[in-house]
Amino acid sequence: MTIFEAILLTIVTASTPLLLAALGELVVERAGVLNLGVEGMMVMGAACGFAGAVTFDSTLAGILCGILAGMVLALVFAIAVLGLAVNQVAAGLALTILGLGLSGLIGQPFVGAQREVIAHLSLPVLSDLPVVGRLVFGEDAFVYISLAATATVAWFLARSRAGLTLRAVGENHGSAHALGLPVLKTRLLAILFGGAMAGLAGVYLSLVYTRFWSPGMTAGRGWIAVALVVFAGWRPGVLLIGAYLFGAATVLQLHAQAAGFGLPSQALAALPYLATIVALVLLSLGRKGASVAPGSLGQPFAPDR
Amino acid sequence: MRIELLPRRNVSLAARILAPLAALAVSFVIGGLILAAMGRSPASAFDVYVVQSLSDGWALQQLALKATPLAIIAVGLSFCFRANLWNIGAEGQYIVGALCGGWIALITHGSDAGAWVLPAMLLAGIVGGALWALVAAGLKVVFGVSEILTSLMLVYVAEYWLDYLVRGPWRDPKGFNFPQTVTFDPSATLPMLGGELTVHAGVVIAIVVVLVAAFILRFSLFGYRLRVTGEAPRAARFAGFSPVATTLAVFAISGGLAGLAGVIEVSGSIGQLKPSISPGYGFTAIIVAFLGRLDPIGILIASLAMALTILGGEAAQIALRVPFDFTRAFQGILLIAILVADSLVTYRLRISAGRRAAA
Repeated sequence: MTIFEAILLTIVTASTPLLLAALGELVVERAGVLNLGVEGMMVMGAACGFAGAVTFDSTLAGILCGILAGMVLALVFAIAVLGLAVNQVAAGLALTILGLGLSGLIGQPFVGAQREVIAHLSLPVLSDLPVVGRLVFGEDAFVYISLAATATVAWFLARSRAGLTLRAVGENHGSAHALGLPVLKTRLLAILFGGAMAGLAGVYLSLVYTRFWSPGMTAGRGWIAVALVVFAGWRPGVLLIGAYLFGAATVLQLHAQAAGFGLPSQALAALPYLATIVALVLLSLGRKGASVAPGSLGQPFAPDR
Repeated sequence: MRIELLPRRNVSLAARILAPLAALAVSFVIGGLILAAMGRSPASAFDVYVVQSLSDGWALQQLALKATPLAIIAVGLSFCFRANLWNIGAEGQYIVGALCGGWIALITHGSDAGAWVLPAMLLAGIVGGALWALVAAGLKVVFGVSEILTSLMLVYVAEYWLDYLVRGPWRDPKGFNFPQTVTFDPSATLPMLGGELTVHAGVVIAIVVVLVAAFILRFSLFGYRLRVTGEAPRAARFAGFSPVATTLAVFAISGGLAGLAGVIEVSGSIGQLKPSISPGYGFTAIIVAFLGRLDPIGILIASLAMALTILGGEAAQIALRVPFDFTRAFQGILLIAILVADSLVTYRLRISAGRRAAA
């Protein structure tokens, strides 16, 4: 395997958790809810996923535990913001603080444990093709799931009746309610989906990316996922490109650190965060102020009658 | 089933004061349950966290020291949150403030520079923190970029910046390769309050900040303007309150105060710069601001309550081998409980069985 091939493979690994988490948040935001707790749900997914996989000695059990952990946190968020009209920004922050703490407690007995490499797709002939073989036909299941999920979400939002309802709820919850659309139910389902995806993204980090658990291992990836949704203009297709561009930047930054270049390692490590800011600025320049955010994003909804 | 939120007509003062206390009580119960699930005795944990931290003079002074940065940062954040603007990067502004103040301490190290060093450090901290916050505010007013994301991303940048400086150019050459700067000179260290006290002058600064902020928010036009901007942005615009000026002002205030807290911590409590100079004060202060109902006096009380969780958390690490993560989890639970309690004060919840009537 050439270095070039190895870099491409690591880019896929670095991008997949971002794509998974951001895809969930995209659906949540299209339903008009801003959940800033992605980081907390993701790190809970990583801790519970790892704990589940080690305890039951099964990757599948780990995946289920991680998804469930993300959904439980999301449910807490949903009860607060949907049931009690709590400020969404504050509730999301609380979720992140809670998730970072709780995951540390849950993961503590598992510090130092290691999981083996999970199975990768292996097709006769195809997986052995030069350059593209491993890259296209030899990835792990998460990668294919993330790509399939992107296509499904894109189809769901653009083509399905339920997706239309979800978008209507997000654009103008007042009108949607007047039309008899179930605003709170739609949002509840969207938030739970977001939690499941963030949990799955966390599982990927601890079971595939590092294969061990360390406290706070998400290192801001949940926040970057939130930024990616803005960057993508709330469109799944662009989100896919954004996540992969971002993953590529992260991996190349690591290689630049290894190669030296005379820059301090801290400057390179700070790059993904600076890149996020720059990307958001460039994007808003391109849009010239016209906002494409869902109309009801972040506003609490309390039906008057 | 159908859930309705009905706004309460008039909310008594007692309810407003009792809500945070109820939230605190609920969080204690949930925290106790978590500890019990971890196989620790909630009773002995309560003893370590609360009783011991409040029972001797030394611990009470430590409490005041821990509450100082929390109160200063949270007062600044209350300006932002009142205007419905979300500076969540106070941790970064705190670090940059500490860096700028620490820089003055380092360049005057070993010289016989006099009494101007300390005021210059505090000023540099305020300016540094304010400028760091204004990056996020500027990007918001010029490009419309979400201040939530940029202020948070800048926390990571500030952390790496500090890490680079104390491992690289600012490292103490005689420090056996430890990543830390020289110990600050006495002229660059906040004085103790004298007598038997182990409390430095930062505590006094915190009280002054609280009183000044309380005056501004209650009695000045600026305080009124923040309330209008937050609660009725359209009315604020009709009244001629520029949203751009408000945004820049509240970010400068909150960043400046976070920076001030940073300098106070390094010059009063730590005495040098290290890779880690905060147990997450900038994030905990967000909870303090809400627990104190965005009111400076309330924040002062809330900062003592949160300082108790930090102090108790550190004691519990040793006495009960409960990881500090428990304290973080507890803080998250507390924030959710406060928000829910606030909502229940504002709204009456009516749950009725059966399906919704036709709209």
